[in-house]
Amino acid sequence: MNIIVCIKQVPNTTDVKIDPVKNTLIREGVESIINPFDTYAIEEAVRLKERFTGKVTVITMGPPQAESALKEAISLGCDEGILVSDRKFAGSDTWATSYTLSCAIKKIGAFDIILCGKQASDGDTAQVGPGISTHLNIPQVTYVKKIEEIKDGKARVERMMEEGYDVVETPIPCLFTIVKEINTPRLPSLKGMMRAKSAKIVQWTAADINCTPGNIGLDGSPTRVVKIFTPAPRKGGQILKGDTTELAQKIGDLLKDILI
Amino acid sequence: MDYLFNEQQVMVRDLARKIAQEKIKPVAAHYDETEEFAWPIMKILADSDLFGVYIPEVYGGLGGGVTEMCLVTEELSKACGGIALGFAGTGLGTFPILLYGSEEQKKKYLPDIAKGKKLAAFCITEAEAGSDAGSIKTTAKKDGDHYILNGTKQWITNAGEAEVYTVIAMTDKTKGARGASAFIVEKGTKGMEFGQKEKKLGIRASATREVIFTDCRIPRENLISKEGMGFIVAMKTFDNSRPGVAAQAVGIAAGALDVAIDYARKRIQFGQPISSFQAIQHMLADMATQVEAARALVYATAKMVDAGIKDVAKESAMAKLFAGDISMKVTTDAVQVLGGYGYMREYPAEKYMRDAKITQIYEGTNQIQRNVIAAHLIKESLKASK
Repeated sequence: MNIIVCIKQVPNTTDVKIDPVKNTLIREGVESIINPFDTYAIEEAVRLKERFTGKVTVITMGPPQAESALKEAISLGCDEGILVSDRKFAGSDTWATSYTLSCAIKKIGAFDIILCGKQASDGDTAQVGPGISTHLNIPQVTYVKKIEEIKDGKARVERMMEEGYDVVETPIPCLFTIVKEINTPRLPSLKGMMRAKSAKIVQWTAADINCTPGNIGLDGSPTRVVKIFTPAPRKGGQILKGDTTELAQKIGDLLKDILI
Repeated sequence: MDYLFNEQQVMVRDLARKIAQEKIKPVAAHYDETEEFAWPIMKILADSDLFGVYIPEVYGGLGGGVTEMCLVTEELSKACGGIALGFAGTGLGTFPILLYGSEEQKKKYLPDIAKGKKLAAFCITEAEAGSDAGSIKTTAKKDGDHYILNGTKQWITNAGEAEVYTVIAMTDKTKGARGASAFIVEKGTKGMEFGQKEKKLGIRASATREVIFTDCRIPRENLISKEGMGFIVAMKTFDNSRPGVAAQAVGIAAGALDVAIDYARKRIQFGQPISSFQAIQHMLADMATQVEAARALVYATAKMVDAGIKDVAKESAMAKLFAGDISMKVTTDAVQVLGGYGYMREYPAEKYMRDAKITQIYEGTNQIQRNVIAAHLIKESLKASK
């Protein structure tokens, strides 16, 4: 089975600071990690390989330093890493990113399953996975929490819903986005780390993946960020004391002050 | 302090540290309390290839040496000195095969040990043979293509959990220490049984049992090296494994030091953190210096062993002696820094103190280490004066 995992390198923090003047993310001093949701996709891909045998190719679009994320994925059991990197991709929104990745995937060739984390911890859009499947014109199932079975050209998976889950059957090749309920990612092994150290990461530029110039980077991105702002921090509350009647009176007065 | 470890050693250390901090630390108190053997942790260590760090690549290991073994032992011991013994005790049981085993024995046992599929244990101690290892009573009688083992080994680390046992037994009682031989016995061999699990002061996550041989028949090919080599096999094993015990002692001390520093920064008395008091600062400074000095001795010795220097008995003894003694001191001081909280089992300090004590006792008491060191000093001096 040929499995492709799409990952993203993100800043290691859930509390990204924003430069108040430039309205951009402050990345200085923040370590880069594999998007936490993608680690579940990597683990699931490796488990699929262990279940069905095959090959796991991990792919990312990003700056040259994203190579370290691919190496980490190899230390966790992936076989090959592909870095899609070119200055021409700068400024890509989710449309252009998923288009670019879909072009790269076409170049990889035949595959059975594509796995993505459900979303990235920095942008939180959850759009790139579904975008890739649309560009490739293959079925997608999002929020997959279990891959029950893959056989006879079909996959049956459980899709997490707010209450309970759906069981979905789809022809393969297809794309799944993965939720963290699906597994517990393993730690790297020493042999995996040694393999990662000597692994050669394939590097593809825009010229390598047969993409239309107008569809990539800033030019290919229909999204325009008009404004980024930090919401004003919430002020602390006020704790009232007293018996019920007193409290009701106080709250009433406060509400009057606010509303009138 | 930077010990200039190579890239592979740094990788080994960082992975062991990650496992210790993320997987072992949260469960250390649980296993201390229940005295269960931490099989889920052994599985994690096995999946990470850590069991093979000191085993040559041809037998499925990583090809490192005693330095790698010490790095893993130290990091694991920072989180739990007992759980670390599942790893370190396996090293002790494996050294006789690594150092003196035949090619067939190495091929048969080392790959499974390297993968963590099998743990190992070393059986020398008996009720009446502790520091005086020469007075072993367990016998191995040759019977055609077999040896028949009889006797009881006591306080055996990993006993009952391990699959591979290296056993020192007497093949010729009349020859004293020169009549001892080393054997490999596999768990499940008829005539091999385990005693009750011992209840201990510390390292309670480590399994300690008697190993009882009653007409236990093992094939002749399980003899390690030659008859009469048992004592030498044991002593050379200890020369290689003592840096590991020392690393365990350093790890336990370093873990306790971390707890003490963290507590001292947060504990407020007289309106300020107790870390602002010189009395506490000086204690912490002494503790840290002792840990670092012991660590330096451990890795200098490990480097000597890995470089193939033959006689490391004195240096191994020094490392084990010094690290064990400072481990007891540092962990006791950590309890002192935490005061009343340090004495409570709800806080992690007292466990380090209980775990540290064994490092002054096993694999040769620290008094025996002093004997070894002194004997070498006298021998060297005699040699020089000739």
